[in-house]
Amino acid sequence: MEFVNPEGLRLDGRRPMEMRQLRAQIGAVAKADGSAVFEMGNTKVIAAVYGPREVQNRSQQINDQALVRCEYSMANFSTGDRRRKPKGDRRSTEISLVIRQTMEECILTNLMPRSQIDIYVQVLQADGGTRSACINAATLALADAGIPMRDLVTSCSAGFLNSTPLLDLNYVEDSAGGPDVTVGILPKVDKVTLLQMDAKLPIDTFENVMQLAVEGCKAIANYIREVLLENTKQLEYRRGL
Amino acid sequence: MLHSKTFNKKTRGGRIQKLVREVYLRDDIYCGALFCKSCEDKSKARLTATASTILILDTNVVLNQIDLLENPAVEDVVLLSVVLQEVKNKNSAVYGRIRNLIDSPARRFVVFSNEFHRDTYVQTMAGESPNDRNDRAIRVAARWYQSHLGEAVKVLLITNDRENKRKATEEGVSAETIESYVKSLGQPALLDLLVQPASEDVIMEEVEDMRPSKRKVVYPEHKPMSEITSGLTKGIYHQGKLRVNRYNPFEAYVGSESIGDEIVIYGRGNMNRAFDGDVVAVELLPQDQWHEEKSLSIVDEEDEEEDVHLVPGSSDDAPRTSIPVSSSTFDTNPVSSRPSGRVVGIIKRNWHSYCGSLEPMPMPAGSGGLAYALFVSKDRRIPKIRIQTRQLDNLLDKRIIVAVDSWDRQSRHPSGHYVRSIGQIGDRDTETELVLIENDIDARPFSAQVLACLPPLPWSVSSKDLNESNRVDLRHLCVFSVDPPGCKDIDDALHCTMLPTGNFEVGVHIADVTNFVHPGTPLDDEATQRGTSVYLVERRIDMLPKPLTEDICSLRADVERLAFSVIWEMTPEAEIISTKYTKSVIKSRAALSYVEAQARMDDSRLVDPVTKDLRNMNALAKIMRQRRIQRGALTLASAEVKFQIDTETHDPLDIGMYQIREANQMVEEFMLAANVSVAEKILKEFPECSLLRRHPTPTKEMLGPLLRTAAAVGLNLDVTSSKALADSLDCAVGDDPYFNKLIRIMATRCMTQAVYFCSGELSPPEFLHYGLAAPLYTHFTSPIRRYADVIVHRLLAASIGIYKLPTIFRDRPQLTSIADNLNYRHRNAQMASRGSVELHTLIYFRNRPTDTEARIVKMRSNGFIVFVPKFGIEGPVYLTMRGDKGGGEWFVDEQQQKIRKMDGSVSYSILQAVKIHLEVLEPKPNRPKLQLTLL
Repeated sequence: MEFVNPEGLRLDGRRPMEMRQLRAQIGAVAKADGSAVFEMGNTKVIAAVYGPREVQNRSQQINDQALVRCEYSMANFSTGDRRRKPKGDRRSTEISLVIRQTMEECILTNLMPRSQIDIYVQVLQADGGTRSACINAATLALADAGIPMRDLVTSCSAGFLNSTPLLDLNYVEDSAGGPDVTVGILPKVDKVTLLQMDAKLPIDTFENVMQLAVEGCKAIANYIREVLLENTKQLEYRRGL
Repeated sequence: MLHSKTFNKKTRGGRIQKLVREVYLRDDIYCGALFCKSCEDKSKARLTATASTILILDTNVVLNQIDLLENPAVEDVVLLSVVLQEVKNKNSAVYGRIRNLIDSPARRFVVFSNEFHRDTYVQTMAGESPNDRNDRAIRVAARWYQSHLGEAVKVLLITNDRENKRKATEEGVSAETIESYVKSLGQPALLDLLVQPASEDVIMEEVEDMRPSKRKVVYPEHKPMSEITSGLTKGIYHQGKLRVNRYNPFEAYVGSESIGDEIVIYGRGNMNRAFDGDVVAVELLPQDQWHEEKSLSIVDEEDEEEDVHLVPGSSDDAPRTSIPVSSSTFDTNPVSSRPSGRVVGIIKRNWHSYCGSLEPMPMPAGSGGLAYALFVSKDRRIPKIRIQTRQLDNLLDKRIIVAVDSWDRQSRHPSGHYVRSIGQIGDRDTETELVLIENDIDARPFSAQVLACLPPLPWSVSSKDLNESNRVDLRHLCVFSVDPPGCKDIDDALHCTMLPTGNFEVGVHIADVTNFVHPGTPLDDEATQRGTSVYLVERRIDMLPKPLTEDICSLRADVERLAFSVIWEMTPEAEIISTKYTKSVIKSRAALSYVEAQARMDDSRLVDPVTKDLRNMNALAKIMRQRRIQRGALTLASAEVKFQIDTETHDPLDIGMYQIREANQMVEEFMLAANVSVAEKILKEFPECSLLRRHPTPTKEMLGPLLRTAAAVGLNLDVTSSKALADSLDCAVGDDPYFNKLIRIMATRCMTQAVYFCSGELSPPEFLHYGLAAPLYTHFTSPIRRYADVIVHRLLAASIGIYKLPTIFRDRPQLTSIADNLNYRHRNAQMASRGSVELHTLIYFRNRPTDTEARIVKMRSNGFIVFVPKFGIEGPVYLTMRGDKGGGEWFVDEQQQKIRKMDGSVSYSILQAVKIHLEVLEPKPNRPKLQLTLL
């Protein structure tokens, strides 16, 4: 199938290096300590963060750092066919783990020993790249909750179809069966915290694709920073400072 | 820059599902006009400033009138992405052709992505059909163009859809039909390229026009698609590809998977307007009808090589043709009837354009130049095609190309339109070009992009090449090449030195083509497409451009050249001790022809190093050959002929069988050994993606005709294995010195073709090369003229760690498609060579009616097929006159393969020598053919 036509346009009218439209909103769940909604095109994700708080299950308590827990789920209405999926299937367990590890990397856990941080992410609408969207939403929610972090973590995916590296795959491109590289970075320190791909790619091509994904991450980081700044200004304004 | 909009779409994936897709509408899509002031990016702009009219085409125009669009008279065309999408979905062949036009720098065709442009995106309105929506999108785009470019330019929407045209005019877009536009161009010849509208009423009128008596339905209606689909699932209908018998166009086969057998279809009525290659749905006839039809044409079974032997008066009689045949034939074969059926619907058309000529006809009086003519394809399987032309007098003596447009129930013949003419009938160049076109061979000169990939000329081995760490300097070796006389593309050379241990070092040096042809370059793409060089009698169509073929890669004498070498150490008993693969630099000492090499070996006075090496190699080759034959390699014979061509007129002066000398066999032996060694090496290194060559073991059925013939002459052939067959072929010696060769030729004919394949696709036992009795084989030794060898060179280079393996090898489907293309090109190249030989045979005999000796190779009910060894041709000899068909005067004995006169006075048996007369006749105008008559 042709994913990039000879005019250089993808199926949805983007060019290969273009991302989908980003939207973000902080404070979507009033009850949570921090929350955010993050959208990448038609992929829409909500994240809620609770904590740092007392560890619920004492046996899991860690004495020198905080316990980070993460739960990923997909709303039944998030995909076209409204099937009821069992909770905690392989895929969501894996993604929960991936997100937890990525977030743990940037949270300064040693500042909050013997406490627990819960991150809940739920996909409201899925159109490819849910993993990346979840990480971005979780970053925003953690920032909103005021949890100390080393840096923002941002994530973006890139693929390789029709011999062209493509940024930010949507569902149609994602299900084409080509390689899908998901990268998460700490943009300020310029370090990679997440790198996933379950396909084969020649190493030189892979480098290009990954570079593209990193560029995407940086663009997202800029956007998230703007959103946070705007949010802070709002808070300032409300306090009347 | 990004504008986002979502729209809803319902699709059926078993059930109704609502899909949501984003569409990003852009403002960076440009109109493609060079004179446009508002669009900044001109890199893709083609429409010229002088253009006063810009054409926007509707989908139906692109789909139907592609032949017209390919004519350079139509320029400054805008193709909307919505149109391209529709074309792609409906007909991928037309889509490919239109894409070629867009890519061609010579033409002024641009694409406008209206579906992603901010101002021309159209949302489906409630209750609007997709078709109406697309039509509206086209009109909106046309209007945008008009307002964007201003009044100085006329934007013309070309559509043959009446409704669309009306709406366009209402909306203020100027619209015309393609007919009126072409008429306004004022070039009457262009009108021939137009496809006539296929609406029923027009055809009816025409039919009435031409022959009032035949205004009736000729063919049964095709079943609607829904009925066919349900019929297929219920098992009432069977789906398959229709193949028309090459020698009897009124008989066709449909290979059906559902019944696991071929369904025979007799007559044009049952074929019901299907063409060769169409995918059709077939309904089986009741079993009692199989028999009757069967008996009618039993003689045509397995009718492979025969030049048609029943020629109906005209195709108008087609559906009712019956072929009376002696009852004896009927009796001998009462049970083996195959199911027969009739076509009820066509699932996929395989229409393309066909080469041929017009049926001669008188000029119609006073018709204002417009005339209907019948086109007769050179390919017998294609029915006559009716075309409309305004240049009849011009075309009557030309070879022309015609495309098919439609075939209505009311007309006997499909209707088509003229595409272009190739040249004068009978002219050698025209006929040669016809051979090339028929076999889909690209003989165009190489494009500028391809030529740009060549190294600068004059080229010579540079110090950089010598210093390459992977390249071994072998210039000191006494290397020489042995090839056919006059060979310019020398891709292999040999050397053989005696080692102090008494062993021999034997090297095969192959031109290092991959040093110049790099993956992914236009040069490589072109070579992939061409697949092979094509050798015609008087010319060669190269796979690689001439500088590479004849100079840079060619291992000519006394110049330094780059090579890829396979070097063995061999004992005097020709046992391989070690094998080494390396890139090298060589300097050939001599470029010999087979004749020269043979003469040197035979001349005992010569003791120069080259001759000594030749003799050593020949001794080794003989041992290797012997060993190979012991393993069961078949020595098959072919009836290859060689022409002597007049250097001035290029007419053939003489023909004779190609003679094979010891020197040929010697070179062949080392090439085989090199190929086998390389195959082992690359398969070991890349078990999943090696390109190998296999030759499948022939099945019992395939060997049937050979066994029957052998049995008739009292020969017992053992075909259980290739070894057994080879042995029994060796034992087959009759009184006749030519007998053995004949049997071998017949055996060759029973074999399938060897094919290239990707090693990951099959399991190792299937890799076998039956003819060579080699478990592994590939092609390595002719990279100048075969692309398969180029691929193998890359694999070998990667396996010894010189280069990285190109990415293409990781993509198995693509590798398989390359292998398929190579097989296709290879077969076509062979067919083209044969076509060219046939053509020259015809030219040769045109002025030289000859008497010669021939052998009978096949029996027919009304004659037999003979093989003429001297000229390597084969053809039918009729015992009965064409007019009275059979008449029961002759009697065929299937068992003994004899044909006998009823009164017992004369009889002919298989392999018998007969005297025949060869003469070129022209029974039907413009179809000269070689006629063989018994003396």
